[in-house]
Amino acid sequence: MNPFTYARAEHANDALRLAESKDSKFLGGGTNLVDLMRETIERPASLVDVTGLPAAIEDTIQGGVRIGAAARNSAVAESLAIRTRYPVLSRALLAGASGQIRNMATVGGNILQRTRCTYFYDDDGSRCNKRSPGQGCDAIDGLNRMHAILGASASCVATHPSDMCVALAALDAVIHLRSVSGERAVPLTEFHRLPGDTPHIETALRPGELIIAVELPALSFAKHSTYRKVRDRASYSFALVSVAAALDQEKGTIKDVRLALGGVAHKPWRAFKAEEALRGKASAPENFRAAAEAELAEAKPLRDNAFKIELAARTITAVLLELAEEFV
Amino acid sequence: MRFLINGQPVEAEFDLRTSLLDLLRDHLELHGSKKGCNQGACGACTVLVDGERILSCLALAVQCQGRNITTIEGLADDGHLHPLQQAFIEHDGFQCGYCTPGQICSAIGMVSELKRGMPSHVTRDLGSNVVSLNRDEVRERMSGNLCRCGAYNGIVDAISEVYAEAE
Repeated sequence: MNPFTYARAEHANDALRLAESKDSKFLGGGTNLVDLMRETIERPASLVDVTGLPAAIEDTIQGGVRIGAAARNSAVAESLAIRTRYPVLSRALLAGASGQIRNMATVGGNILQRTRCTYFYDDDGSRCNKRSPGQGCDAIDGLNRMHAILGASASCVATHPSDMCVALAALDAVIHLRSVSGERAVPLTEFHRLPGDTPHIETALRPGELIIAVELPALSFAKHSTYRKVRDRASYSFALVSVAAALDQEKGTIKDVRLALGGVAHKPWRAFKAEEALRGKASAPENFRAAAEAELAEAKPLRDNAFKIELAARTITAVLLELAEEFV
Repeated sequence: MRFLINGQPVEAEFDLRTSLLDLLRDHLELHGSKKGCNQGACGACTVLVDGERILSCLALAVQCQGRNITTIEGLADDGHLHPLQQAFIEHDGFQCGYCTPGQICSAIGMVSELKRGMPSHVTRDLGSNVVSLNRDEVRERMSGNLCRCGAYNGIVDAISEVYAEAE
């Protein structure tokens, strides 16, 4: 690990002032950053600890919920407001990592966690355009069972590892950012980028900008939502495919739906095409399957991960069936 | 920098790169917490910070200043093993013992999460504040602690027995 200086911020403006040098990084629970620093993939000259910043989970006057970026993953999963009004988010968090890691990891850090592509981590032995821009990608022709089937490029086929962000994508969450020049809000679905030819630029975050909160808009049918994660072992493993969904139906017809996929792309993948295909249709397995296939029509498998296309189609169908049963 | 470790005030000077695990093992000679993977994959380094279980290998020691840290060395009371330590012995909850300190610290944190109603991945009803401690719940909640000897059945038995008695 390279040497660094450390300062603990008392509030957001304090954090922004302490992080003025361009080699600064904000430090949350450290569950990803400390690991990447140990591997010398991240080499910040200074760390600004933001775990003391606001972490409250509060109702908004618009009927939604605002979560301070320093909230621990476990605190969000445990919140009764989240469990009852946005179960998909609680389920996604509880499907991620382990009890110990959820107690450490913050919401802001979860959003910014980096890919678990093994070639990205293998600093000594592998080429990676994300780690060293222009170097090439050893995953494209390598062991790529865990990699992307949607939105990948010739430069990068890595996936975003977060479960929480898949739920946030389905819920139209908004990320609140602050910098020395003011605040702005970015929808989560526009926050993470597809790799294109600059896979090292992963988010819309500008230098010196800090995530201060995540806002969940009011969504009445979010109480009919869930998250399903398919992985190689029953627990404590990254997703092969995951599905976050919320469903609203009346008399057997789909009034509205939210759908997002994890484990399939460089960003949490909001399935807008499938949603479009479902609205107004009968709530029936064949329509769920057809919508899934519409979303996955442009999927491009790599050598080892063609199974993900069928797996995603089946998981979408199964999750929608499960939610439809809540209306029976 | 100051810490409260197993009830004792401790002062230590160290390089900022030091993890909590390395502080405990290399600076304070508390060798109970183990370094398995050193990357957050095995749980052998689990300790309690202010009563919450965390991975000491991924925590920078500097971030834990002023906190109340409990390791496996702090569980026995006046020479008497913590009930969970005793139950691990009685139920063959270990073979080589390397993962055991992490398993026990993790289980103590896990039980306090469960008692206050924290749901898990396998909890059916997210709206309920009462979670029953069945084997599925214990296995899911302890999934961050690997045991390469495969003593899982004994570990689940030990935790189940102590928790049932506490009820």
